[in-house]
Amino acid sequence: MATTETFIGQPVLRKEDPELLTGHASYIDNWTMPGMLWMALARPPYVHATIDGIDTTEAASMPGVVGVYTATDFDLAPLPFVWPITEEIKVPVHYPLASDKVRFNGDAVAVVLAETREQALDAAEAVAVTATELPAVIDIEEAAKDEVIVHDDLGTNVVVHWSHGGGGDQSVFDSAPVIVQERYVQPRLIPNAIETRGCLAYGVPPVDEWTLVTATQIPHIAKVTLAGTTGIDEHKLRVIAPDVGGGFGSKLNVYAEEALALALARRLRRPVKWIEGRRENYVATTHGRGVLHDCTLAGTEDGTILGMKFVELADMGAYYQLLTPGIPELGGWVYMGPYDPKAYWFEFKGVVTNTTPTDAYRGAGRPEATYVIERLVDSFARRIGKDPADIRRMNLHPPHEDAQTSIMGLNVDSANYEPLLDKALGLVEYDKLRAEQRDRRERGDRTQLGIGLSTYIEMCGLAPSNILGALRYAAGGWDGATIECLPSGHVIVKTGTSPHGQSHETAWAQIVADGLGVSPDEITVLHGDTHSTPLGMDTYGSRSVAVGGVALHFAVEKIKAKARTIAAHELEVAEDDLEWADGAFRVKGAPDTAKTIPELAVSAWHAHALPAEVEPHLNATAVYDPPNFTWPAGAHVCVVEVDTETGATEIVRYVAVDDCGTIINPMIVEGQVHGGVAQGVAEALYEEAMYDESGNLTTSTMTQYLIPSATEIPAMTTDHSQETPSTTNPLGVKGIGEAGTIAAPPAVVNAVIDAVSHLGVTAIEKPASPERVWRAIQEAKGDGRAGASPGSEGGTS
Amino acid sequence: MIPAAFDYERVDTVDAAIAALRADEGAKLLAGGHSLLPQMKLRFVMPTKLIDIGRLHDLSYVHEDGGGVAIGALTRYHDLEASETLRQLAPIVASVAGQVGDPQVRHMGTIGGSVAHADPAGDMPSVLLALGATFVATGPGGMREIAAADMFPGLFQSALAGDEVLTEIRVPKTPGGWSYQKFTRRAQDWAVVGVAAVRMNGSANVSLTNMGLTPMRAAGVEEALAGGADPATAAERADEGTAPPSDSFGSDEYRRALAKVLVRRALEEALA
Repeated sequence: MATTETFIGQPVLRKEDPELLTGHASYIDNWTMPGMLWMALARPPYVHATIDGIDTTEAASMPGVVGVYTATDFDLAPLPFVWPITEEIKVPVHYPLASDKVRFNGDAVAVVLAETREQALDAAEAVAVTATELPAVIDIEEAAKDEVIVHDDLGTNVVVHWSHGGGGDQSVFDSAPVIVQERYVQPRLIPNAIETRGCLAYGVPPVDEWTLVTATQIPHIAKVTLAGTTGIDEHKLRVIAPDVGGGFGSKLNVYAEEALALALARRLRRPVKWIEGRRENYVATTHGRGVLHDCTLAGTEDGTILGMKFVELADMGAYYQLLTPGIPELGGWVYMGPYDPKAYWFEFKGVVTNTTPTDAYRGAGRPEATYVIERLVDSFARRIGKDPADIRRMNLHPPHEDAQTSIMGLNVDSANYEPLLDKALGLVEYDKLRAEQRDRRERGDRTQLGIGLSTYIEMCGLAPSNILGALRYAAGGWDGATIECLPSGHVIVKTGTSPHGQSHETAWAQIVADGLGVSPDEITVLHGDTHSTPLGMDTYGSRSVAVGGVALHFAVEKIKAKARTIAAHELEVAEDDLEWADGAFRVKGAPDTAKTIPELAVSAWHAHALPAEVEPHLNATAVYDPPNFTWPAGAHVCVVEVDTETGATEIVRYVAVDDCGTIINPMIVEGQVHGGVAQGVAEALYEEAMYDESGNLTTSTMTQYLIPSATEIPAMTTDHSQETPSTTNPLGVKGIGEAGTIAAPPAVVNAVIDAVSHLGVTAIEKPASPERVWRAIQEAKGDGRAGASPGSEGGTS
Repeated sequence: MIPAAFDYERVDTVDAAIAALRADEGAKLLAGGHSLLPQMKLRFVMPTKLIDIGRLHDLSYVHEDGGGVAIGALTRYHDLEASETLRQLAPIVASVAGQVGDPQVRHMGTIGGSVAHADPAGDMPSVLLALGATFVATGPGGMREIAAADMFPGLFQSALAGDEVLTEIRVPKTPGGWSYQKFTRRAQDWAVVGVAAVRMNGSANVSLTNMGLTPMRAAGVEEALAGGADPATAAERADEGTAPPSDSFGSDEYRRALAKVLVRRALEEALA
């Protein structure tokens, strides 16, 4: 049905929800096949050990067991690693199963196939590994000393050094009137998608064709790379991402289990299924963060930021997964923040340790960068006794409507930061809060008030392929879209993005609906299957709308160009005499003489009277390679109450003002901000992977690894009324998937420090647990620092 | 994780439960299952058999009983929380029952299960200790009473014999001052540290949650109070005789400091 309504910018209800809310979704564990075997992995209880022998005899004799396999039973290539960021980078060899050494708690050495999942798990536990334990190295700085070597053939744990180099006058870092030097530690985080990983491999053995159904963010990248690992011809491998229950970067990867399931299905000619357990997930799926920054800010007494310098150590884990060293590099392009320093420096070293590999985790490098920038700016404000809001305002980069080259060397597509800060301060009633804070301090209340700010930018829409090439990433950053207008009036959209919670079925339908004058109800979005949607680069890095969504826009334009030709032919007018208005091609001056897209789709389908050289069927494909990144920005303010006796923090108010460019669906944007901030609050106050002295993960279940529940997450005030269009793409879209996770951690931690800064506290690390806060207060008391720091007691000036 | 294989039997009487316990040394009673099943899934415990007593509805009750309140061992947290009798006569029990876990746990978990599990981080054992509760165990030889002070001899150990079923818990009427200070990271967590204080005979009984291998009375605090100390002074002795754990929720040192703060707050509230 044709329609004259417009849908971009409307809170259209999610097309995905009825299926998800009524239990009709098809997550990987809903898939089953006749003759299917279950796979389980043997992960011996070592952290770092030389493997002396693997005895599979007992496991192989257990009920239901069909086979037990070790590395020597396979002829598999190493797992894919696609981002060798420097020429000199050392790359640890990473096979699907370890055979020489166990290098982290979770490294698998054997795989079991059995008739049931329970039988497979029991047999995997019975695989007997004899090993010589080695000292383990967990801490990054310890690992960098090379006293314990994780990969003997590399000879060092410091596997990569990437320097962005400097910009501007480096002497300010020595000579500026105010030099603030701080060290920030950001612990490892364990991504917690509600659905763990899992996969099902099956095939048509006579023709050697294989399908992998897998809980992944990247079916297209998985297809190409798994063809390489398994030796299956790429055109005979199909990868399907069914309904995927969250990823947050942890499913932006290609894992051993996927390669093993394919290899075993092919070998036994039976379907093979694997579902990851939650404890297994905590050690076998990539972790995030795990970085350490030495930071320097050069400034003046009146609050001008002259330069910022960051030297980072990043924990790679025991191996690289798909992108590992690329994550700190990605963050490396946003260390100027929304500010305008005239000098900067950024470099990092990647270090291997005896831990689960790290890789992308919501924000991927940009939260790590934003956290240290925003902590540093607050420290600067405290040092010179100024209000942190004032310091931010006076240092924000001036607005620009067109793209401008930043001091880091990339082009920022558009910027208008100060109104975002003002809006956030207004919504939170900043001056009133500062007054209340002063009152509480004067009274010496047990519960003190803290106000934390975070102004941020992010770099989204990954990515221009030529820049990815220059950064030595193996693939491109384009995406594809195909639109087919069926004679029934229905429109089929095939996107190369692969949603796992991002609402592409709804938002993409809105884009096409406006473009073609068709109701979203008549549009079906297909995704996540390399057969039905072969052109794609998948979903991560807030890229989907800014690349896949824009590809859709260009496919719409192609459809309309073809439809215009047919319409002109049928209406017997010149194409120039037609205009697109109110959802149809209309004759200028005679708007009732018109053709809608559904009408023209019928004409194109029966093809009875098409103009010469117009092919039948109204369909089009566009592949879009973005000319630039997109640069969302925002300002978040967090207000906390801190119990100064116990160190407990409660968030009492949270304001998120985000500018993500043109908004397709404000309800979806709000949902992304809510979820992102929740994850950021978790990072700021709760989550931290911990290890014992031997290197075993002690936060190995949800009982010990603290994921906050809805009770701990504050109500939020969100605002996205400012839409500064991107100059990178014709839709003006920028991306919103990671904004909350990028902005929230420093806002929350800055608030906690602010609450107790009058007691002399100047630093508290993430997560700001009650014990960390309590200790900071005790230490400040011990130092007699109380009242010594000017802090932000001056309030707004 | 998936539990190791086990047998399952549902019983309809306490006698049948006792007989089943006697028949299989590796058997365990299943009530609400919200402590036992998670441990089985992690394979920390691997019972050969589960004897399901969850439908012995006769053991679910709360009623006034002479000078105290009698509580059936299979009374679920939710029913304790909703009990008017408890709210009036032993309000600390009703209130704390409403703070255990989450709604799902409270609709399945039972007071007897919590006591028998004897988790030092459990709220209910600590509260019952402060109340000086009496525990009624039924075994092959009939019923016997166990005093609160004897009920929790060690980590995850109760005074119940292998063939006894906890059938009733009796608490004194304590409608006066009380407080339970539960410090958690997340609402549904076990207490990092908990403190129960109940006004009794002009002073207060004080017990500690998660400050050692067992729930324990804060003997130093009670002694100081008996000697006339004010709450703040008495609270300084909160960690005497404790051996708090160090884990991802907090160190030994932090828990000791926390116990002092929470005991002071509990006393201030209970004795107000």
